[in-house]
Amino acid sequence: MPVKDYIRERFFPQLWCAGCGHGIILNSLIRAVEKLGIDKSSIVMVSGIGCSSRIAGYVDFHTLHTLHGRALAFATGVKLSRPELHVIVPMGDGDALAIGGNHFIHAARRNINITAIVMNNRIYGMTGGQASPLSGCGILASTAPYTSVDQAFDVVQLAAAAGATFVARSTAYHAQQVTEMIQEAILHNGFSVVEVMSQCPTYFGRRNKQGDAVDMLKYMQKITTPIGSKAKEENPELIERGVFVRKELPEYCAAYDNVIARAKEKK
Amino acid sequence: MSNNIRFLQGNEACVEGALYAGCEFFAGYPITPSTEIAELLSSRLPKIGGKFIQMEDEIASMCAIIGASLTGHKVLTATSGPGFSLKQEALGYAIMAEVPCVIVNVQRGGPSTGIPTHVHQGDVNQARWGTHGDHAIVALTASNHQDVFAMTVEAFNIAETYRTPVVLLFDEVVGHMRERLVLPEPGEIPIVARLQTSVKQGVNYHPYLAREDGRLPMSDFGGVHRYNVTGLYHDMWGFPSDEPQIINELLHHLMDKIEHRTNQLARFKEFYTEDAECLLISYGSSARSAREVVEKHRQRGERFGLLELLTLWPFPSDLIRQKAAGARLVVVVEMNMGQVCQSVRLAMDRPERVFLSNRVDGVFISPSDIEKTLNLIQGRGV
Repeated sequence: MPVKDYIRERFFPQLWCAGCGHGIILNSLIRAVEKLGIDKSSIVMVSGIGCSSRIAGYVDFHTLHTLHGRALAFATGVKLSRPELHVIVPMGDGDALAIGGNHFIHAARRNINITAIVMNNRIYGMTGGQASPLSGCGILASTAPYTSVDQAFDVVQLAAAAGATFVARSTAYHAQQVTEMIQEAILHNGFSVVEVMSQCPTYFGRRNKQGDAVDMLKYMQKITTPIGSKAKEENPELIERGVFVRKELPEYCAAYDNVIARAKEKK
Repeated sequence: MSNNIRFLQGNEACVEGALYAGCEFFAGYPITPSTEIAELLSSRLPKIGGKFIQMEDEIASMCAIIGASLTGHKVLTATSGPGFSLKQEALGYAIMAEVPCVIVNVQRGGPSTGIPTHVHQGDVNQARWGTHGDHAIVALTASNHQDVFAMTVEAFNIAETYRTPVVLLFDEVVGHMRERLVLPEPGEIPIVARLQTSVKQGVNYHPYLAREDGRLPMSDFGGVHRYNVTGLYHDMWGFPSDEPQIINELLHHLMDKIEHRTNQLARFKEFYTEDAECLLISYGSSARSAREVVEKHRQRGERFGLLELLTLWPFPSDLIRQKAAGARLVVVVEMNMGQVCQSVRLAMDRPERVFLSNRVDGVFISPSDIEKTLNLIQGRGV
């Protein structure tokens, strides 16, 4: 099916700023679903609040646009009540890891079969460029006028430590790799996290003198490298891209089916 | 026949009512004094193929039941004061997105952590106004286990009929007290099923377009109709809109669908109200003591009556005006600083005849407490 069959065309052009990386991620996501050939009616997309969350309005799936930070909690209700559905949850960095941090680690801990996509642009875009828990030290933001002194989370390490059984990272520059990762994440039977580094030229780029969207994309290419590459050995500052965790552990809904079986046996 | 009789806690009666009503999904978080509802459902739901999940917090529990409701299931969560505070944002979401769900609040003493193991009825106004923005809500209560069961079933029925969250405001005494419950036979109390859309695949389905009777048929997530659900103001397709007309119409719809049915939704019980000169108005466990007082005075030939409210919101002002029309004295009995009393005064044409008999120290209000207030009101001292 052509990409346009997966979108709600009447809402285009979308609301993201010119040069925003989120449109690239939307494209990668749709291509992943298209390649997998999944029926649109078997997909529920649950999102929270923020620039990234508006992605749900543009796709022709069952879409649930919820509260700031709570997308994974709503998604858990959807998935557990109808485990046969594919549940995909795109989130921003603030949405997923500041206000939604608790839901993030607990969804990972349960290993519930949900695909979480963290669209990490290191800034609160919708509210005008405030620092996020992924901004990191030394970043200028509208709430960090003297540069941020907050350390950043590492999404990959956090997700892995919390129990996610598929964890991957790439960037909006590497759009084809993102498609492959999302494909694998959707197929993975457990909680999967795909972090996609995304550019926000309007707030992050401008304030931090990273140039326009193209400059920012090139910069993401420059500061990342495939997992275990020689470049990483030579320059430990580089951020690794690739699949960090890929393991099979009991999935939550399947485990609950066993609970049902045991409960029905016991009089 | 006799195996339909149970001796149990109010919280257990609530669980029986929820299962009778067809509840298939519960998400919750431990909190006194409502925890037994979660504990019992963790055992009972999987037996019928339903789902129970203990979430990471109160907020997540409320969110999870909304998600599960959208896939076509009847859903419940249970909490108490602090947890009810945490659920307010998502409760507002369920109001805005018109998602049927039932929230139990077994009230304890507040504010804040308050007095977790003791009784209060201080969340009445929070049930009405806890979430931000203009909205309407249905809140039901009960004073005994038979009514806890019946009101729980009623809560599910109202939630489905009007696509709205319904709050069950029980209290610690009702929740933990043990007494008899006669389980109704299947079919004895009517059950309202989820109203599914009759719109076929390939034809435009409008999740927020009301039928002629005002009801909005639903389509399960995962079904043939793909649509959007949002907490933003939205059009009949469920897509965000900032059109002034759409905002105005939606807010009025959300208010009117409940507030215009105030009399229809008013559930109550009455004892000797026809000729009552002194009318007691009460609800929840307080109504048990109020009834004792009324019975005692009636035995002495004094014209006392009791109006027991089972619906607290939308507030049954017409009902109260009508039942209190002939009363010289109206005494509201409750365990808070006068939350229902205030609404009663607003409903009455002569509010100066409305008095409050309350207790707020975590001790259950007794008939003698009420007698003391009556003595004071009537100038007889304590």
